[in-house]
Amino acid sequence: MISVSVRMSLAFGNDQIFENFQLQLEPGRMICLLGRSGSGKSTLLRFIAGLISDQFGSGEVIADDNQPLEGRIAWMSQQDLLLPWLTVQDNVMVGSLLRNSSSDELKSKALQLLEEVELHDVETRYPFELSGGMRQRVALARTLIEERPVNLLDEPFSGLDASTRFQLQALTCRLLANRTTLLVTHDPLEAIRMADRIYVLSGRPAFLAEPVDPPGLPPRHPGDQYASAIYAQLMNQLNHPEFADHVA
Amino acid sequence: MLRKGAIIVVALVGLWQFIVWATQSPPYILPAPYAVAIAFFIHFEQIMFHASVTVLEILLGMLIGCGFGMFSAWTILQYQHLRSWVLPVLVASQALPVFAIAPVLMLWLGYGMASKVAMATLIIYFPVTATLYDGLRNTNSEWLDMAKIMGATKHTTMKYIRLPAALPSLGSGLRIAAAVAPIGAVVGEWVGSSTGLGYLMLHANARTQVDLMFAALVALASFAIFLYFCIDLLMKRVVFWQSENLVKGV
Repeated sequence: MISVSVRMSLAFGNDQIFENFQLQLEPGRMICLLGRSGSGKSTLLRFIAGLISDQFGSGEVIADDNQPLEGRIAWMSQQDLLLPWLTVQDNVMVGSLLRNSSSDELKSKALQLLEEVELHDVETRYPFELSGGMRQRVALARTLIEERPVNLLDEPFSGLDASTRFQLQALTCRLLANRTTLLVTHDPLEAIRMADRIYVLSGRPAFLAEPVDPPGLPPRHPGDQYASAIYAQLMNQLNHPEFADHVA
Repeated sequence: MLRKGAIIVVALVGLWQFIVWATQSPPYILPAPYAVAIAFFIHFEQIMFHASVTVLEILLGMLIGCGFGMFSAWTILQYQHLRSWVLPVLVASQALPVFAIAPVLMLWLGYGMASKVAMATLIIYFPVTATLYDGLRNTNSEWLDMAKIMGATKHTTMKYIRLPAALPSLGSGLRIAAAVAPIGAVVGEWVGSSTGLGYLMLHANARTQVDLMFAALVALASFAIFLYFCIDLLMKRVVFWQSENLVKGV
């Protein structure tokens, strides 16, 4: 388990999105960034993943073992990003195909992970034969097979219906437990359900409000007694960022 | 599909017959469909001989034009700095009408098959290059981001992502190529040859065998349509995952 510290400034033209922004990803915990659309949360995720050109921003993403993060990140986004010309099994192990490191061991591991994400007998099917929820389960299996110490999740369930989303949140919490994870979402309930720690991101340049640590272990139930209080607190931070205590 | 095709053929022949009847055209201007059918069977061997030459020219032109086109698209993508050098040449190759180059090719490559294959190649080259290059360039950027995070190499990204994603676009190019390749071959035959359907049409025209000319035209059109649908079917099989090909499932 590694922890990651992020320090960055970033602007698109005159739009200064981040300035001396700092965030700490704690080892083995799921940190959730909650923010409105356009708050810069996905941009932050892309910066950590090394997907933003140096011309737009500067800063550093440092792991506590002082090793570069490159090659140690797994990514899951709102779009399932399954390749429609590959079977489900090949989609799960697409990372190894892309690195020319496919093996029989990985093939059986892909099958085992498909079972873990509760997909049965779909390995030879193609993505267009699956429902949205099933496709996102495959994407989750693809993220898990990479076995990376840092996982970045960019609103992975926002395109799904409420019931499927509920199931997948629980599954993701179970399978990513004890892995350093940053989850980006605009849904406070999703944050309460899944996160060990929640930060609300808002403003220009963006800042983080005081973190909220929901009690108990994820996945939490939105009907839990403390959930409504935390929900109100998060909504207040989202709607009135000017009154929130800043940490970065 | 076959039923629709049959209906279209019957409708076109009916329209043709109607025009002949309505305009009372003499057979040396517009022969009736049945006269063309009779000419087709009388001259069947002759038509098939010339058709085989034209078909070979078209197929060789397709093979070479598509090969060069795909190689060019791949090269331009791999070596982006070549793009500004190669693209103007590509555009110029299309700006020159194929009719204008035909006599020059005839001069350089002779009256044999080579000049006709070159004409077909030239006319195919641009659509294949342009469509494949566009397809390779416009790969979903999120797939490329995913590949980068996963540590993909340039080669594996091309093999597993860019190339398959560009296949629908290449399919469009190949369909255009199948439709225009006969033009290149026949224009080449018109300018100078002693075999091929283009030659047969000119020859029949000079001897006012208009029914034979039309029979040769029907043979040419039939092959062009057959080639188009073969390519179309092949691409639908290859790009089976594209939404428009999923109506009947896989």
